[in-house]
Amino acid sequence: MLILALETATESVGVAIGTSDGPMASVEVARGRRHTETLVPAVEFVCRQADVALAEVTSVAVDIGPGLFTGMRVGIATAKAFAMALDVPIAPVSSLDVLACGVGDTDRVVVPVVDTRKGEVAWSMVRMVHGRIEQLMEPVIGPVEDLVADMMARDQPSVCVGDGAARYRDEITAGVNCEVAGPVHPSPVALLAAAVAMATDEAVCAPHLVEPMYLRAPDATINWATRQVRP
Amino acid sequence: MNSDAAMSGGAGRPGVGPDTLVLGIETSCDETAAALVLGGTDVVSSVVSSQIDLHAEFGGVVPEVASRAHLESLNPVVERALADAGVGPERVDAVACTVGPGLIGALIVGVSAAKALSLAWEVPFVGVNHLEAHLYSSFLDHGDIGFPLVVLLVSGGHTMLIEMRGHGDYRLLGRTIDDAAGEAFDKVARFLDLGYPGGPAIDAAAELGDPEHIAFPRAMMHDGLDMSFSGLKTAVTNHVRRHPDVGSADVAASFRAAVVDVLVAKTRRAAAEVDAVGIVLGGGVAANALLRTEMAAAGAADGRAVLLPSREMCTDNAAMIAAAGWHRLGVDGPSPLDIGAFPTMPLVSSTSEAHRG
Ligand SMILES: [Zn+2]
Repeated sequence: MLILALETATESVGVAIGTSDGPMASVEVARGRRHTETLVPAVEFVCRQADVALAEVTSVAVDIGPGLFTGMRVGIATAKAFAMALDVPIAPVSSLDVLACGVGDTDRVVVPVVDTRKGEVAWSMVRMVHGRIEQLMEPVIGPVEDLVADMMARDQPSVCVGDGAARYRDEITAGVNCEVAGPVHPSPVALLAAAVAMATDEAVCAPHLVEPMYLRAPDATINWATRQVRP
Repeated sequence: MNSDAAMSGGAGRPGVGPDTLVLGIETSCDETAAALVLGGTDVVSSVVSSQIDLHAEFGGVVPEVASRAHLESLNPVVERALADAGVGPERVDAVACTVGPGLIGALIVGVSAAKALSLAWEVPFVGVNHLEAHLYSSFLDHGDIGFPLVVLLVSGGHTMLIEMRGHGDYRLLGRTIDDAAGEAFDKVARFLDLGYPGGPAIDAAAELGDPEHIAFPRAMMHDGLDMSFSGLKTAVTNHVRRHPDVGSADVAASFRAAVVDVLVAKTRRAAAEVDAVGIVLGGGVAANALLRTEMAAAGAADGRAVLLPSREMCTDNAAMIAAAGWHRLGVDGPSPLDIGAFPTMPLVSSTSEAHRG
């Protein structure tokens, strides 16, 4: 097993390469929003550092969002092209799962929260058991108040991670048994760890099955649909 | 650049020759395309996945919708181009891709994929200017006829007259100062409720109408090589509002005649000014039936060759990207893997543009 992990769902670019024994090399480039320029050279760099050839890669892991659309698309287009050229499958991992993996095993419910702007956040709730992610709910997008209501209803000790948790720390922690801790951004090493588990479980898939997790229709489609239902 | 070097194009560089097979990738607007072209001229396969149906309900290209569709279509389109050509990836010698101008969210899908393919296959990557590629669409069908050429590049996003003095040697002669001609077609078609895209819709309606029914203005007709189409669009809407009973076929025919008159007159003048050996049409509007016949007639009258790319090579495709990539590779060599996308990339560099006047 040799996994190439592409993390581009935020403003930075991260690449890691490694196996079930862990990362062999990784790099994070925080040059804001230069995904197209940086990603492929970063892949070249980690392969050189790890002293492996791209042809040895057995699957490509990619963060499919939710996150920055531009970054997600650069990562997914690159992953799909690598998968086609190398004839290997893809391990698609949501940014929420990458954040949860960054926390590691815990008894508490892990609530990854991604800031999707426009006053909204995307979140899910998972349990981390022996490095595996157990989903407690489908990822959703909505106003922070909905997230808080959701957490209050469940009323379980939890740990919130991600830039959405950091941004809305006060709202989230008020009146709930919850701590905001752990990673703010998904990291390529956490993505690699999630993908190792998927590859071990044979949960990787063909490139054409990989889709970005937008959680939101394009604005034009929304406006159009709204216009259509008006009298 | 001397004419020998210009003529040899891509063949001038070691490793780039008639047997060089280039994979072209195009995702700058609303077509996802891949093609394999041999030696810069022979189209081995060309696959275009159009998103027209996705955008039709909005009456124009929606960038976010386009970006999503490119990401979904690109792998299958590349795989089809290889399958249609009956070759494996190991036969591909280089990957060429549009890096601009175009929609940023659309461009980055193609550029990212092309760079990844280049790295994985260990072949050169070459970034191509979409506008330059349109110039090469005519070479796909005709081969070189010599220089200088005057190119009328006319689409939904661009309307320009370019002097092509050799491969990679361009001078901007004139351009629209407002709407692109194709944009005027789209807007008028939408106003007349003829459908989207506007070019073919107007073309079909115009065949049934009288082109002399309404004398629409021919803006800047006797005035240099720049053009203007926004006044014409306004004249059409004003006329229809004042004469609600007018037939849309007559409006379409009169509008199309006005646009074609301007394009042909400006191109003839440009060709005379630079004493061009030939006139080349490129871009989506170059598929317009009246423009093709009128331009051919003008060329015959003036004793200049007129190169009309096939209709499928007028609209966006990847064969022209591969052809331009083959020439670029021969002249400049591969592009670095750390280049990005350039949404407003000009065809003519600022130094060449200084010649303008
Ligand atoms: Zn074009």
